[in-house]
Amino acid sequence: MTSEKLHDVRLHVNGSVHEVRVPARRLLSDALRHDCGLTGTHVGCEHGVCGACTILVDGAPVRSCLMFAVSAVDAEITTVEGLTEADGSLSPVQQAFSDCHGLQCGFCTPGFLTTITAGLRDNPDPSEDEAREMIAGNLCRCTGYQNIVKSVLRASQIQGGTKGEMQGEIQEERG
Amino acid sequence: MTTKLFGTKVPRVEDQRFLRGQGRYVDDLLTDDPRLLHSAVLRSPHAHARILDIDVSDVLDVEGVLAVWTWEDLTGPMAEPLPLLIPHPTLTHGRTQYALAKDEVNYVGEAIAFVVAVDRYVAEDAVSRIRVDYEHLEPVVGIAAARAATRTVHDDVPDNVGARMEQENGDARAAIAAAPHTLTLELDVERSACTPMEGRGTVARWDPDTSRLTVWSSTQTSTGVRGCVAAKLGLDLAKVDVITPDVGGGFGVKINHPWPEELLVPLAAMTLGRPVKFTEDRREHFISSAHERAQQHHVEVGFDDDGRLLGLDVEFWHDHGAYTPYGLIVPIITSTQLLGPYKPQNYRVVFESLYTNTVIVTPYRGAGRPQGCFVMERTMDAIAAYLGKDRTEVRSTNFIQPDEFPFEHGLVFQDGRELTYDSGDYPASLVKLKELVGWDEFEDFRAEMAAQGRRVGIGLACYVEGTGVGPYEGAHVHIETSGRVKVATGLTTQGQGHQTAFAQIVADTLGVRFEDVEITTGDTRKMPYAVGTFASRAAVMSGSAIHLAALRAKEKALRIAAEALEASEDDLEIADGVVSVRGTDTSVDLGTVAVLSNPLRYAFDEASKAATQFSVGDPGKPPVAEDDEPGLEGKDFYSPERSTFASGMHAVIVETDPDTAEITILKYAVVHDCGHLINPMIVEGQIHGGVAQGVGGALYERMAYDESGQLLNASFMDFLMPYVTEVPTTIDIDHLETPSPLNPLGIKGAGEAGVIPSAAVFAAAIEDAEGFPIAAMPISPSELFALRLAHADTPAEAIAEETR
Amino acid sequence: MKPAPFAYLRPTTLEEALAALAGEQGAKVLAGGQSLVPLLSMRLAAPSMLVDVNGLPDLDHVHCDPSGVRIGALARHAHVLGSVEAAEVQPLLALALSHVAHPTIRNRGTTVGSIVHADAAAEMPMVLRLLEGSVDVMSVRGRRTIPAAELFAGPLESTLAHDELAVEAFFPALPAGAGVAFQEIARRHGDYALVGVAALVETDGDEVTRARVGFVSVSDVPVVVDVTHALDAPATAALAELDPAEDIHATAAYRAHLVSVLTPRVVAAATDHARSRAREVSPA
Repeated sequence: MTSEKLHDVRLHVNGSVHEVRVPARRLLSDALRHDCGLTGTHVGCEHGVCGACTILVDGAPVRSCLMFAVSAVDAEITTVEGLTEADGSLSPVQQAFSDCHGLQCGFCTPGFLTTITAGLRDNPDPSEDEAREMIAGNLCRCTGYQNIVKSVLRASQIQGGTKGEMQGEIQEERG
Repeated sequence: MTTKLFGTKVPRVEDQRFLRGQGRYVDDLLTDDPRLLHSAVLRSPHAHARILDIDVSDVLDVEGVLAVWTWEDLTGPMAEPLPLLIPHPTLTHGRTQYALAKDEVNYVGEAIAFVVAVDRYVAEDAVSRIRVDYEHLEPVVGIAAARAATRTVHDDVPDNVGARMEQENGDARAAIAAAPHTLTLELDVERSACTPMEGRGTVARWDPDTSRLTVWSSTQTSTGVRGCVAAKLGLDLAKVDVITPDVGGGFGVKINHPWPEELLVPLAAMTLGRPVKFTEDRREHFISSAHERAQQHHVEVGFDDDGRLLGLDVEFWHDHGAYTPYGLIVPIITSTQLLGPYKPQNYRVVFESLYTNTVIVTPYRGAGRPQGCFVMERTMDAIAAYLGKDRTEVRSTNFIQPDEFPFEHGLVFQDGRELTYDSGDYPASLVKLKELVGWDEFEDFRAEMAAQGRRVGIGLACYVEGTGVGPYEGAHVHIETSGRVKVATGLTTQGQGHQTAFAQIVADTLGVRFEDVEITTGDTRKMPYAVGTFASRAAVMSGSAIHLAALRAKEKALRIAAEALEASEDDLEIADGVVSVRGTDTSVDLGTVAVLSNPLRYAFDEASKAATQFSVGDPGKPPVAEDDEPGLEGKDFYSPERSTFASGMHAVIVETDPDTAEITILKYAVVHDCGHLINPMIVEGQIHGGVAQGVGGALYERMAYDESGQLLNASFMDFLMPYVTEVPTTIDIDHLETPSPLNPLGIKGAGEAGVIPSAAVFAAAIEDAEGFPIAAMPISPSELFALRLAHADTPAEAIAEETR
Repeated sequence: MKPAPFAYLRPTTLEEALAALAGEQGAKVLAGGQSLVPLLSMRLAAPSMLVDVNGLPDLDHVHCDPSGVRIGALARHAHVLGSVEAAEVQPLLALALSHVAHPTIRNRGTTVGSIVHADAAAEMPMVLRLLEGSVDVMSVRGRRTIPAAELFAGPLESTLAHDELAVEAFFPALPAGAGVAFQEIARRHGDYALVGVAALVETDGDEVTRARVGFVSVSDVPVVVDVTHALDAPATAALAELDPAEDIHATAAYRAHLVSVLTPRVVAAATDHARSRAREVSPA
């Protein structure tokens, strides 16, 4: 077999530029993980159903397993590694997950975090039903989603939303 | 004393790395190593075939391919069948597969060839160029085909029966014959699977400088993997380290070992002198990992006018797939745990464990209990319906009472020990559950909904779960001179928050700050003796071992501190990492005590300098006493007599759409008793996850095999794991804490419980809504629709009714 | 699950893209990729070349005028769904699009791509067919308009030639006095429907002058049934022309049953919609 043509691709990820040399078929998820070393984006199904690999492409949640790296040249990409605040502290969404036990094994978590980050930008003060709708395309096998829904509301509250009162209970109980 | 952490909702320490994308799962490892190689497996496309020839001649031409293995390339123990991990005398016809198929394949997905290449893409290209000549054989798919045995999976197992096992307490058949009332039930549960978000994965690196093999595997038992890698590759155990990094969920499937790839990856790494990785993809997970659940039950029961069980006789058929690497654990659990909180006066159970040309069956969260619970609870509901009694009343009549513990069932459990329940309070649980779900108010609700043209039903199900199965776990606690505490236990973790829960125990037991405790799990370099994470055993086994090891470290700290402070040990206390004489301001940091524990005292840090002001030890004796050793450490093992028995009860209210037969969950309630709770937040998280997995198992998930043995839904598109939109919007939970007398912390396991009653509780609620029996699970709207037609008086009327 | 190798071209002009498609028999167009990439990763499709049209200018439009909505090849589902104007001109677009997978998929997947993928289990091919829309395709040979009725050849098969690129879909506006409705039943929220039903009902005063119903997931091509003369029993009329199939999620009988449940509901809802629009236009 003749050798496969490689493409020089410049990816803009989390404010940095990554120059990678990949074949056209290199999935963006693989390029991020294995070529850019950003292993926070996880691969759960590689057919676009589970949402673990969700990243933000120009601010919108997208499955990175359903894009090729060569197609991502003009895009501004954000992965879970790019959600943390500049000073290294957790973003409101990340903090909310910690507050509400919104994760267990952590494998699906990056896809939820990116999805919710974008979701709360579009709808900063979601109702409980809207919180559910926001995460309705991501699979989690550990949490039963109960605490992820709470995390969405809690993140909204941290960011200044009003519908996260239900979280008061969790905070109090923890003392 | 510092605030007690045991029993409080301490936020998890592992979250910090997971939330930042800094977790390290197997596929994340060695990504920056340019020498890393990747692998892919050629898997059988046929359910049953003889392999006549494998032609790999085209493969090495592919640029970037380094090596390909078939069975013919394997030597020594690697060419022998994989181990049968848990033999049992009744498993008379146990069979296991080869790491790479030899002569025959017995399920779609069985490994045939292993390719190593520069990346996974190229490895898959190479796999597609391997040509295999097959002679097709007729496959055996499903329990009915296996029982009929007109065809066989293995030539030398003529009836497809791998094992036949019978246990009896009393004389069930005689009791049934003499009983005032009898019922017979035929019950079915279909195949499903764990499907963790992360599949299996293994990385191996051979270090020629130190002659050591390091294997990272996404497993539930690193010590188990270590043992089999050493045995199969002919290495001394001492040359093999197995590390389980972060694991993206297990739910049982990762306790089976060795998977072919867990051996082939290290073999390739040693052969090629480069690190090698295997990352299972989603399709592979469906067709080459493991499934569970499929069983058919025939139940005969005799009871009196109160619904009291006089005799229970259960015969069941368990589909164990093509091979039996994990022995009979699942059907043995079903056969014993079926009894739940009840005490039939006479019980007999017989099962046959059957071969089929489908993926192997090993424990999936609950491990045979969901089926057993389904059978027992369906029987309870049938008795109640027959007698016209409230379903809770029949259950109450049969409960083991709180004063009857320890309760002996007269059976042998999965661990080979007597099935003896340690503690529990089932009547109290039922009171709580009825309150939580609104059992007594339900008929009013039903009427209210009926007035709106809506159809609702309520169901409940009770279970008892043997947890914390032995034989042992160990722990090592090391207090460093910095005062920080490093703790190692050998079992692995898959997201349960062990680093947090175990640190809570250490902080309390030792009297140190939670932040100063660091827990390592699943690393054979740190703790080479361990069993693994399954059977809801981590908290009970490792939690207890860690408690005991911390007590040993504390004992030593107090002894050394007493000498240094010239005080009596009895007058000392440890809090926040400081040993002090009670009621005085005389104290010494634990870090300093750690320095004092070691006669070699180079003053390389502040603690060491501080320690020079104390003098410890008798100048007339050797610096390390005969019965002592340097360092402030504690090590201990916990090995209980038998399992603890957690219990619980679930209730659900469902709505079934009269037109579309869609099933909606209106309310879900759980009463849960796992003894003392270490971290209620984590326990509730386990319940939430279990319930969601149970909803999947009851209403959405199944393995859809066609008759040729092809799995038709080997993707997340068609294997319907619930999203948030399919699970209850709230799960109401109440706890009961009946401590176990078997361990120092009074704890029982909590990991699997949430999933056990699901099939039973949904079947009960749907039956209550619809008014006809539900005898097979899972159930889809399409199946509910078919049942409605079958139970309608005449098909024509039924259709008119349904389509009005 | 990694794609087989393919050549890749990311043209910056339409001419370049069309020339590439003309020059490579095995080339496929990559737009949103939400249906194509899983097929490639599972190696169920192995085109020799992908022509990535995401770099082409002027194809991401959603143009609305009184005649209807024109959707460019690079307009994402989310873009179309978010267009208030499009929802006014043809309300069925938003009704159906909200059922297309999940928001994350809609952020990348294109409406035109979904149509020419020609999946009878997908919403948008049926909607185009029901609304009697069309798709404009271009090749080096020129531009042509394919009416929806001539677009779908078989399961996952459109009548586009291999060298043709779908550049725009046209969804006619909802006429005055007409109404639409859409309902579907799926196993999980966001899944392909077990059965999806849309209706377009046209009225003149109290009279229903035309009623047509489109079905998702009940046949291997998008199918539309005229029920104008069967308003008392639209499901019976529909089932006479449908042959629902069995799969692992539903029996044929259950699918037929869902058709019989949903069809009258959707026709009634579309009729109500038509009447309420008529009232809005001419308040009594």
